[in-house]
Amino acid sequence: MKTKTEIKKLLESREPVLVGLILFFMLVMTIAMPRFIHASNLANILKDSSILIIVSLGQFLVILTGGIDLSVGSNIAFSGMAASLINQNHPGISPWIILLIGMAIGLGLGMINGSLVAFGKVPAIIATLGTMSVFRGFTFVISKGQWVTAHEMTDPFMNLPHGDILGVPNLIWFAFFVTAAFFYFMRYTRSGREIYSIGGNKSAAVLVGVSEKKVQFLIFSISGFVSGMAGVLWAARYAAAVNEMAAGFELQTVAACVLGGVSVAGGSGSVAGVLLGALFMGLLNNSMTMIRNMAFFQMLLQGLIVISAMAFNVVMERRQDKMLLNRRLA
Amino acid sequence: MSDNLVRQDRLIDEFSFKKRITKLLSSWEFILFLTLVGIFILFSFISPYFLDYFNLMNASFSFAEKSILALPMIFVILAGDIDISVASILALSSFAMGNASARGAGAGTLVVVGLVTGLAAGMVNGFLVTKIKIPSIAVTLATLSIFRGISQAILRDNAYTHYPEKFAYFGQGYIGKSVIPFEFVFFLIMALIIGFVLHKTTYGRKLYAIGNSASASRFSGINVDRIRFTNFAINGLFAGMAAVLLTSRIGSTRPNIATGWELEAITLVVLGGVAITGGKGNIFGVVIASLLVGYLKFGMALVNLSAKVMIITTGALLIIAVLVPKILEIVKANRKLHSQRSELKDERKAS
Repeated sequence: MKTKTEIKKLLESREPVLVGLILFFMLVMTIAMPRFIHASNLANILKDSSILIIVSLGQFLVILTGGIDLSVGSNIAFSGMAASLINQNHPGISPWIILLIGMAIGLGLGMINGSLVAFGKVPAIIATLGTMSVFRGFTFVISKGQWVTAHEMTDPFMNLPHGDILGVPNLIWFAFFVTAAFFYFMRYTRSGREIYSIGGNKSAAVLVGVSEKKVQFLIFSISGFVSGMAGVLWAARYAAAVNEMAAGFELQTVAACVLGGVSVAGGSGSVAGVLLGALFMGLLNNSMTMIRNMAFFQMLLQGLIVISAMAFNVVMERRQDKMLLNRRLA
Repeated sequence: MSDNLVRQDRLIDEFSFKKRITKLLSSWEFILFLTLVGIFILFSFISPYFLDYFNLMNASFSFAEKSILALPMIFVILAGDIDISVASILALSSFAMGNASARGAGAGTLVVVGLVTGLAAGMVNGFLVTKIKIPSIAVTLATLSIFRGISQAILRDNAYTHYPEKFAYFGQGYIGKSVIPFEFVFFLIMALIIGFVLHKTTYGRKLYAIGNSASASRFSGINVDRIRFTNFAINGLFAGMAAVLLTSRIGSTRPNIATGWELEAITLVVLGGVAITGGKGNIFGVVIASLLVGYLKFGMALVNLSAKVMIITTGALLIIAVLVPKILEIVKANRKLHSQRSELKDERKAS
């Protein structure tokens, strides 16, 4: 019985540790530069993390099945660019309709990935490595290499993420609702549990009747859908649609997932963990822009965080396995 | 007895001329070769500048480095791993050479610095994959950002642009007084070496064994992890070679050097018929694929197609190269199932 509670402790230790890490980091930053703790900066951090949270949750589902989606950054760029072009050329269309169109575009791109992986049997890494450059290439094609800048966008469009309900910016509401939807989906729906089962033990899941094809198609579609949403929000938030936007963002989403305790081998991880992982990454990005010249270290630091988090996860998993084995032997 | 019979059968099989020809004609490499010929014919009609010996030789400057990255990638992918950090290793290697050059190192020293940096970076990947036991895709996704990140953190928005004059030969020089670039010959020699290791040594045979079943290989006494580690190390070393050639050719180092080249290297390997799941493929396919993609892009550049179209082409080629064999497999399996079913029906009718 003792080992059982130990395993449980180990499994549940991730979220409190992350919360502690986030608070500690905030404390250090506040001591180093008091303006960090200002309400406006904290709101900024939340806003900056919102898009990362939304996309990371999509990435989470893909990683959960042992795959990876490298095309999220390009998907954001394509949907964001398409949305901005629509806004530029048809300023009369409501931004909410544009958001819907952007999500539909993202979903379409995700379905391409999903079809390649589920029906074409192309490994996820190859399919998304390919579509990463195809989507990015088409972003250049539709934009003809031009940017859409702030004065070419309408005010309602740019207000989409900034407007507020009950004093909370829309962007944060978006992240909140997406997180709530994912939480419900992963915990209480059949499809959500099927995703866990495919990642945990594929052959067992298939034997009890879970369709691997359906799950794979579904997760890439969802990942594309949230990337499309993020694309529109990204373009509106930064009031610019640039061809290179969100390049390298896939690494940040993977970072948020592995920091949140998602195993890259698939099968384990939680929505709450990913949420905290994304918040931590947002915090880190924000503080790096506050320290002079730190932006140049961003790439290096992100990579180091990803690799340490993964090494940590692997060591923890090994300890879990050992405990399970001991329990079985006892 | 039965063993001998089987062997005899196989000998007869292999020596039957007709079978060998049909096998060759239906092979992936032959299809690639036909496509290569097709591209040559097509572009020589479209552009009068394509089929020119001097132009064709000079075009190899634009693909030799990428093709060199693809060669050791065959090892990595054969053994069931992947390395998406090669372009970043190249960037780190180039950075190290730029740094050494700024401190007054000569051409010879620079080459050593480039190769050692590449090798060391590859060994880091190998260590993380085989000792810490993190999947290779995850490791190299992180090191992709770390290796380039080091260069970016130190170089920032500056560049190294001073290299010794002698250093220019590797990327810009020709063999003797001919019009054959040194880079191209170097690529062919490396392809010979990689091909030899792949097809004529036990190391090569072990790679195929690991790719087909890592656990079976382990049980038959192959030190799987040591071979995988060596693969990553060799991959890093070759990225260092590519760094020497590229840095020498363009004579400058920025943090964003060779961005996205991992995609091109992997595309060449997969297009060359190496199964992404490991265990299948050969050197000829990859060399032909290198020439195919290289001259396709050269032709596209001649007819003024833009860089974005080429990016899309590379990505699409990668997917198609994996997708087509998979679809053929599915079709074949379906047909087999079909014929088996109809046979069963026939049997039932007969009885």
